Amino acid sequence: MRHVEHAMGTVFSFDLRPPLGDARRAVTEAVAWLHRVDAVFSTYRAESPVSRLARGEIPLDDCPPQVAEVLELGASVAEVSEGYFSIRPRGLLDPSGLVKGWAIEQASRILARYGAVNHCLNGGGDVQCSGTPAPDRSWRVAVVHPLRPRVLATVVAGHDLAIATSGTAERGPHIMNPRTGRPALELASITLTGAGLTLIDAYATAAFAMGDAARAWVERLPGVEAFAITAAGTTWRTAGFPGSAP
Amino acid sequence: MRRAIFAVLVTAVGLVLLLSFKPHELTAVASPPSAVSHAPAPQHSAGEPPSSGRQDTAVPPANGTWTGPGATAGTTRGDKVATGDIADTRWGPVQVELVLSGGRMTGIRVLRAPDSTHRDLAISSEALPMLNDEALAAQSAQIDAVSGATYTSEGYARSLQSALDRAGL
Repeated sequence: MRHVEHAMGTVFSFDLRPPLGDARRAVTEAVAWLHRVDAVFSTYRAESPVSRLARGEIPLDDCPPQVAEVLELGASVAEVSEGYFSIRPRGLLDPSGLVKGWAIEQASRILARYGAVNHCLNGGGDVQCSGTPAPDRSWRVAVVHPLRPRVLATVVAGHDLAIATSGTAERGPHIMNPRTGRPALELASITLTGAGLTLIDAYATAAFAMGDAARAWVERLPGVEAFAITAAGTTWRTAGFPGSAP
Repeated sequence: MRRAIFAVLVTAVGLVLLLSFKPHELTAVASPPSAVSHAPAPQHSAGEPPSSGRQDTAVPPANGTWTGPGATAGTTRGDKVATGDIADTRWGPVQVELVLSGGRMTGIRVLRAPDSTHRDLAISSEALPMLNDEALAAQSAQIDAVSGATYTSEGYARSLQSALDRAGL
């Protein structure tokens, strides 16, 4: 069963494989969740709780409990990433860099709760796979080449896999290196893999800001691997990266 | 998994056009498809409509029949042929036929491509062989999803993920 949903300024692709469980209900609930998250966390909606919190109009206690949860996660990622990730990237509260990955991982859990344990959920290029697509094989996720559109740079295979890519290909330079105060330009893209998309997505943003230094950083993170394409077009990968040539 | 990916991506002047293949016409291939000439320069075939292609009432069959570079890729023999819908692009109609073997796409035949101006010819000649190869590579790589720099709603339309979604929907 497939479903495509527009939310959060991007597109979410649902791919559910047998056994489907109560797939229709699962997708309905997961979609409703994504829109709920958008309503609470959108920085594009002036009246969202997060926008009002950022302007100091309401205290954290008046926000839905998920806001505090995300802010705590943000603080934790900021610490692990040595400040390269921040939910206040321009001084103002903006947890967008964390919300999408978190929302997708939660949506994946909703699907599993309704029995749709084998699924792949792609939100704007960040992917959470659960179970397997078929009894005899793993999920296969292609990483698109940032400098050569339509060329696949690598293919990652695995079960229960989260994969996130940060890069400039779609939206131009938009990730700042907090140490230099300038856009990060060393890498064209970096792809991180691990178990849960919440952390993997945020870590990918931090890793992109770090540039080549991300390689040593990711090697120290248990269960996380990286594949990078530099601005010059060369590539590197951490020792355990589960990818292969397409 | 025996789901064939009935999707091929066509690029022209930086814009990527997605062709969605609804295999409305599946015909057994009793004999190999009619020979396709690999002419050094693209040319119109003289009144030889595609053997299993759907006739388009809007465009005369002979006009736009592609025989230039990229007219075929992969295998030309298989157990089935799926003819894609005609996609009207701003440069002209594009239509592709897929050769299927055991439920998988193993070959591509370009039935129509923009060729009415020198510029059309140049673009089609360069783009089609490349796109055919990529489509076959993506198919043989058996991809379930695509990760890349976060796309917007607009970016999604030209993403490989949207081709996968269209193929599976």
